Amino acid sequence: MADESKAPQSPESSQPEVTGSSPAQSAAGASPSSPAKTAAPAPLQVPLNNELSGRYRERFGAVILDAIEDRKQSILIVDAAQLLEIACYSRDEEKFDLLEDYTAVDWPRREKRFDLVAQLYSFTHNTRLRLKIPLGFDEQPDTIVPIWPAANWLEREIFDLFGIAFRGHPNLKRILLPDEWQGHPLRKDYDILQQDTAWVRENLGIESGQ
Amino acid sequence: MNPTLHSILAFVEAWWVELLCAVLIVLVVPLIAGYIVLVERKVMADMQARLGPMRVGPHGLLQPIADALKLLIKEDLIPDNADQFIFWLAPVLSMTAALTSMGAIAFGPWFQVARDINIGLLFVVGVSALGPFGIVLGGWASNNHYSIIGALRSTAQLISYETTAGFALVSGFLLAGTLNVRAIVETQRADQAWYVFLTPVGFFTYLIASIAETNRAPFDLPEAESELVAGYMTEYSGFRWSLYFLAEYANMIVVASVGTTLFLGGWLRPFPNVHWLGWLDAVPAVLLAVVGAYCVLRAGKQPARVQSLFLWAVALACFVVALIFAFAAPFAHLPLQFMHDGLYGAFWFLLKVSAYIYLFMWLRFTLPRFRFDQLMRLGWHILIPLALINVVDVGIALALSSEFGWNRWLAMVVTTVATLGAAMLLLHWNDKYSAAASAALPAESSIAEDSHAG
Amino acid sequence: MGPGKSRYRERPVGVKILADTVHENAALKTGTLFGADELVINMGPQHPSTHGVLRVKLKLDGERVVGSECVIGYLHRGVEKIAENRTYQQFAPYVDRMDYVAAVSNGLGYCEAVEKLLVVEAPPRARVIRTILTELQRIASHLLWLGTHALDIGALTPLFYCMREREEILKIFEKYCGARLTTHAFRIGGLQYEAYDNLEKDVERFCKDFEGRIQEYSDLLTGNSIWIGRTRNVGLLNSADCIALGASGPVLRASGVKWDLRKAMPYAAYDQYKFEIPVGTRGDTYDRYMVRIEEMRQSRLICLQAIENIPAGPIMARVGKVLKPPVGEVYHAIESPKGILGYYILSDGSTQPYRIRIRPPSFINLQALDKMIRGHLVTDVVAIIGTLDIVLGEVDR
Repeated sequence: MADESKAPQSPESSQPEVTGSSPAQSAAGASPSSPAKTAAPAPLQVPLNNELSGRYRERFGAVILDAIEDRKQSILIVDAAQLLEIACYSRDEEKFDLLEDYTAVDWPRREKRFDLVAQLYSFTHNTRLRLKIPLGFDEQPDTIVPIWPAANWLEREIFDLFGIAFRGHPNLKRILLPDEWQGHPLRKDYDILQQDTAWVRENLGIESGQ
Repeated sequence: MNPTLHSILAFVEAWWVELLCAVLIVLVVPLIAGYIVLVERKVMADMQARLGPMRVGPHGLLQPIADALKLLIKEDLIPDNADQFIFWLAPVLSMTAALTSMGAIAFGPWFQVARDINIGLLFVVGVSALGPFGIVLGGWASNNHYSIIGALRSTAQLISYETTAGFALVSGFLLAGTLNVRAIVETQRADQAWYVFLTPVGFFTYLIASIAETNRAPFDLPEAESELVAGYMTEYSGFRWSLYFLAEYANMIVVASVGTTLFLGGWLRPFPNVHWLGWLDAVPAVLLAVVGAYCVLRAGKQPARVQSLFLWAVALACFVVALIFAFAAPFAHLPLQFMHDGLYGAFWFLLKVSAYIYLFMWLRFTLPRFRFDQLMRLGWHILIPLALINVVDVGIALALSSEFGWNRWLAMVVTTVATLGAAMLLLHWNDKYSAAASAALPAESSIAEDSHAG
Repeated sequence: MGPGKSRYRERPVGVKILADTVHENAALKTGTLFGADELVINMGPQHPSTHGVLRVKLKLDGERVVGSECVIGYLHRGVEKIAENRTYQQFAPYVDRMDYVAAVSNGLGYCEAVEKLLVVEAPPRARVIRTILTELQRIASHLLWLGTHALDIGALTPLFYCMREREEILKIFEKYCGARLTTHAFRIGGLQYEAYDNLEKDVERFCKDFEGRIQEYSDLLTGNSIWIGRTRNVGLLNSADCIALGASGPVLRASGVKWDLRKAMPYAAYDQYKFEIPVGTRGDTYDRYMVRIEEMRQSRLICLQAIENIPAGPIMARVGKVLKPPVGEVYHAIESPKGILGYYILSDGSTQPYRIRIRPPSFINLQALDKMIRGHLVTDVVAIIGTLDIVLGEVDR
């Protein structure tokens, strides 16, 4: 599965029960690391120091918070302040013309709670790049719809399910859930069970048996 | 005797044949229309690699009865704000127009309600043109703006294609020299040619126009299920809807009959005057006997006893009718000789009408639907000019043959070629026009990007 | 038989409906029936041609569409939230239910994504069998698309012919894994079921018949001037717009971009087989139709190449029963029949994924609907929705 960089494929690690052991801690995970049971396998997350990350660092400096390679997929962690510029640069200079995906992840115990994740693809170079943008709770990032119109519904979905409002979005309203829905389900503190019991209590007048 | 009763009886005595025909039309045609629906479903299934109705009655033969019964016992829903009287009237009007126009059609030399009226086919076309009234009134009375849009579309389509059909028929009338139904058929016998061979363009135009007249595919946009608007029949349910539906199939019979009468030689057998082809007279009896034999063959292979019994019954009926035909053959001293004209004529007429309707069905299941603007463009930009040119050409051909002594066939061939040439030009111009029209749409040409070696 | 009042059933008292799906009567809203400059017409969510529960609000000027708005979410089941409470193996059947027309593809993408997360590779035999089944699924998905698309445009017959072929493929699936539609055919690490005895024979017989059948559909539609009239220059989307809007799959290829993820970043066993990428020129509905027909042909070729040489060996890698992938994340995408189907999976080291994000090709392709409809007639809307080949299960998840 030739994916990104040209490094040789990591050996087939047949680890029956591998617990989380990542020698390189990135800002992406706050999970506890347990001691490895077997001999330490090749690290899956390594710092990224290739030309691509070099160019970004050169252009944007400290705004690029970190550059990682996880399972041979390039990830850049960038600050939300210059999101539009980075997006513009990615599309125009680095030729990442396809916004493949745009989503968010919720890390409730982290200080910057959300992670916006943009998956980019370049037709000319046939490479992928992932941009992760940490966001605080009420922070409103800029919309990247002017750069990639594909982000229109994707940002609406993020708003719908996470509650992240995008500044400048042409039509920011809920897309998958009904307009009058309360809450943002994909947040970790949104309990499905609580939603079910509330509905049953309100509409059927009984206690849910779940 | 009571003078009123006396006059009624005298009327009936003088007109009993016509009255019988009329009663038969009103009673039998809805039933026949129902069975045409069954035939259509079976033909559709056959073309779609499946079986069609099989459960209700042997091979689905009681399906129309079941459908009619179901529709009759449905709740009669009338929308609140609908115009009550017109809501009631509209399907009645449609059905009446269809059935009345059948009055002047001769299904064979015996069966005709309005005999010897001078304006035969004109009456048919005129009365069937009352059909759109039923449609537009139905759409209006439904108080549903999707219905009215669908009704107006349907009416626009019908009126446009009436014009084409009219012109196509005119070219046939020019050849026949009369509007009287019997006379038309007799002149085809005298001219020794069905008019389809003399004016194929006229027949072809009439064929297409008749498909559009009856809202059949590929011209069935006003009725399509996947359309945004559900058409004028939306608010009708139960028996009212079945009236509309039957009116549509009755209309199919009407246009097929008109086309058959004028272009396909009515009740004449192929080559009516060619003596050495007289063996064609045996075709009805032989055909029925073959069908009977086929039923006998298949009867043995049926899985269920009731099905094989049914096939035996059908085979028996076929043989009996074949015998009747045989006894009515045009040889002297046969017992049923007097029935020859009526029987054989009816057979050939119904055979041609069936072929015409089968063609309708065949086209319905093969071709996709026209969009409404394409439909109207076809009608007004291509078919009406073509029909007009055809009328002129037929006139020229007749003048050439009668005034200038040309051979009639030669004149017809020459003018048909001219008409076809005009048709090519029309199509060419139309292509150019629609290409220009679509270029005016906001269309950007795409750039082929070889973004990645593939 | 007097005039009857239509009796609509009242909703039971006290039930609050979270999603309001009452059909908007546009005429009442605008107040006038004729003479209004813009009429808003509502299409769906119950409509024979929206291929699922999709609601499209159309703004019309006469017969032309000047704007549209899609309302989706009627089939939203919260699959991504559910994933956070299931183990990796437990989640696998859920992915079938997204694009339920092409369940095997979904399963392939998911299993390969988790295998990437675990840094394992399925054995070669498993990869080849996966390829065969996925290509058969691609043919089945395109057949369903073709039948329903033709039906929307008015051709009644291709639907039944396509279903007849699809039956054969579904029979193969049933023989393989027991299910026809939501197959759960693959497992993380390989396959659970060995290829049944006659798999190669069945596939070969299907492929041999299939060429003639494609010719049948082609004969009915490709040269038909009514079909061309309904699909040429309808729903144009040029390549720049496609890429900008993120459209992928046959929509992208029909607009002129010769790109297929199976060639760009091969997965499963695709790098072993030779096949072409069909490309269109204009990006209209007709081109998308031609591209999908040609894709069916190419899928058939891949199947024929694959069954010639299925390598022997194990069908499952050694992954153990309890899956605890190392901490990290992975994004893996495949070329599903609808477009780029991507899985973004984050693991926190436990048996349950921290986050699974599914990049739904139908959702992103549907965004392009507004651009494609403008300027066309209302009648074309149905054709354009059909040509995007959306499955609402995937749009809404």
